[in-house]
Amino acid sequence: MGRRETQHQEYLTARESYLKQLTSLSRRGFLRVAGIAAASVAATGKIAAHSFQPIEFNFGGESAASSGAAQSVEAPKSFTIAYVSDSHLYEKTLNERFVRAAIKAVADVNALDPQPDFVLFGGDLAQLGQPGELALGKQILDELKPKRYMMVGEHDWYFDMGEKWRELFGKETYSFDHKGVHFVVLQSVIVEDYWTKPNLTPLQRMLAMAQLDNPHGRPFTVGEAQREWLKKDLAAVPKTTPLVVFSHSPLYKYYKAWNFWTDDAEQVQALLAPFKTVTVIHGHTHQMLSNRIGNISFHGMLSTAWPWPYAPQGLPKLTVQMNRADPFDEFDGCGDGSMDVLKSGGVNARYNLWSRNPVSITARYLESGGKVDQPPLAVDSTY
Amino acid sequence: MQSNGGKKLVWGILASVLVSTMAMFLLSQRASAGTPQDRTDKVQPVHVTPCDGVAGASLDLPSSHDPNNREQALKMARVILAAWMERNPERVEPWKQEEALAMASHPVMGPDQQIKPAASAPEKQPVKFTDRDKLIWNLELKKMVDEGYRLFHSSTALGGTIGISCDMCHPDSSNTHPETYPKFQVQLKKVALLRDMINWCIENPEKGKPLPQDDEKLRAVEAYILSQSKGKALEFGKH
Repeated sequence: MGRRETQHQEYLTARESYLKQLTSLSRRGFLRVAGIAAASVAATGKIAAHSFQPIEFNFGGESAASSGAAQSVEAPKSFTIAYVSDSHLYEKTLNERFVRAAIKAVADVNALDPQPDFVLFGGDLAQLGQPGELALGKQILDELKPKRYMMVGEHDWYFDMGEKWRELFGKETYSFDHKGVHFVVLQSVIVEDYWTKPNLTPLQRMLAMAQLDNPHGRPFTVGEAQREWLKKDLAAVPKTTPLVVFSHSPLYKYYKAWNFWTDDAEQVQALLAPFKTVTVIHGHTHQMLSNRIGNISFHGMLSTAWPWPYAPQGLPKLTVQMNRADPFDEFDGCGDGSMDVLKSGGVNARYNLWSRNPVSITARYLESGGKVDQPPLAVDSTY
Repeated sequence: MQSNGGKKLVWGILASVLVSTMAMFLLSQRASAGTPQDRTDKVQPVHVTPCDGVAGASLDLPSSHDPNNREQALKMARVILAAWMERNPERVEPWKQEEALAMASHPVMGPDQQIKPAASAPEKQPVKFTDRDKLIWNLELKKMVDEGYRLFHSSTALGGTIGISCDMCHPDSSNTHPETYPKFQVQLKKVALLRDMINWCIENPEKGKPLPQDDEKLRAVEAYILSQSKGKALEFGKH
C-alpha cells in the first residue's frame, strides 16, 4: 500500500468515527468532534478540502431531534451546483494574475467529486468589457466539465452595452427549471444613462463603471422592463416551487457609495416574496456576505480576482465576515464555491476560500436568524 | 445665475475703477501741490472724474493735505461713490447686497478695524493668521489630495504595469488603515511606515518600481489616504 493509499485509509477511518460520534451531540461535543475531524484532515494533508467538509453537517437541530437520534443529521440534499465569479480578466499579455486565478477556479470545479449538476458564472468575466477579455474568459470557462450558465456583470457590459457578451454567451436574462427548482438569471447592472450628455467614449464609460468608488456613478437596477419579464416568468411557477435567483448586484441595499446596491430591490423582492422558499445568489461584492429579508435568503459569491473590504456601513447583521486578506498571498480572500440545494428548497452555501478553511453558511443559519449553524466568526475583518 | 455672475463682474470692475481713481487723484495732488514752498493751506475744490467718464464729483480739500491720509482718501472714495449712486439709483440696492455678501465672506480690514469681541465675551488674544490664510492653505492641501486621488485611481500613473490600481482593492482607500503605522510588518521583516506599504503595493500587485521615499507622487498618495481617515483615532502599532 502506497503512502497516498495509507493516508486515504486513515482519512476514511477518521471520517467514519467522526460520523458515528455525530449523533445526539451537544454543541460543545460537536466542536470537539469537529476538532478531531479537522485534525484528521490536517494529518492526511493531501486530501482536498472539498472531499471532507465537517461543516456541511447540521447538528442538534429540530430535524435531528424529531427524526431519531441515530440518524445522520445532514440536511437532506437534492443536488449541488458550483460557482465561479468576478474573474475581472484583462488580456493575458497585460495581466496573468487574474488569468491564473480563473484557471484555478475552473480546476477546482472540475475536481469536485461528485461533480455538481451545473456551474454558474456570476458576472464580471472581463475587467474592461474588451472583446479580447471576454473571448479569453470564454476560452477559460470552456474548460469547465459541468454544464455552464452565464450571468453578466457591469464590467462585461458597459464597453459595448453587452454586444460581445451576447454574441459569445447568448441572452442575459432567462430562466430554467432543474430538478423541481426554478432558476432565474437577471441582468441587474442597469444604470441610468450618464454618459451621453458629457459625450463619453465607450472606454470612458467603461472606466467610469469600473470604478467602484466613483462619486458620479449611478445605482444598479433591474429595471422596469425586466421586472415585467420576471413577473410574467414567475406567474407560471407554483408558489411552492423553490426559487433561486442569480443576480450580479445583490438585489438589496447594502452600501450605495460602492454600488453594493440595487435601487429597485424592494420592487424585485416584492415579486419574489409570494414564493415559499427563495434564495438570491449574487456576485459583485467579492466577499463572504449573507442576508435574509423576509423569506428571501441572500448569498454573496467570492471573486477569483481580489476581495473587496467590507463597506463602512450597511453590512447585513447575519453576515459572517471573513478575516482580512493577506496581501502577500495573491489568492487569499479569493476563491469559488458551491451550493447545496436542499430538498426543502433552501440553499447551503459553501465558500471555498483559497489558502483558508472553507466556510458554510447554511439555509438554516439564515432562516433561524443566526440562532443555529453559527459559522466561526472573523477574528480580524476589514475595517 | 448667469446674469448675477455678470453683475458681479460689473461691480468688481466698478470697485477697481473707484480705487484706481482715488489713487490717481492722490498721486496728482502730490505732484502739483506737494512742494514745501507752496504751503498756503487754502481749501480748494478738487474735481474728479472716474474712468467711466460719467459720474464726476467735487471735493473740498486743503491744498497742503497729505496725499497718504487714509481719512481723506476714504472721504474721496465716498464722494465718488455717492455721485455714482445718484446717477444710477436702480443699481444701488443690488450693489449694497453684493457688497454685504462680499464683506461677510471675505472681510477686508484695515489695521484700525480689528474685530472687537462682543462686550460680554472674554477678550481673546490676537491671532497671526486669518480665515483667508487658512482658506489658501486648504486649497493647497486639496491640490495635493486631489493629485493623490488621481494617482490612487490610475493603473499606470504610479508605474504599475498590469492594469491594477490602488482603488481596485481599496475603494475610498478603505482597508489601508493609515492610523496603525508605524508597525512591525512581518512580511517585510521590519517596522514599516504607511509609505513602505504603498511602495510594496506598487512593486507587487501593481508590478511597478518602488518610488523614492521623498517622491512627490508617494507623498500625494499618502496625503489622499490620510485625508480619507480624518477623525479616526490613532492606533499606533495595531495589526
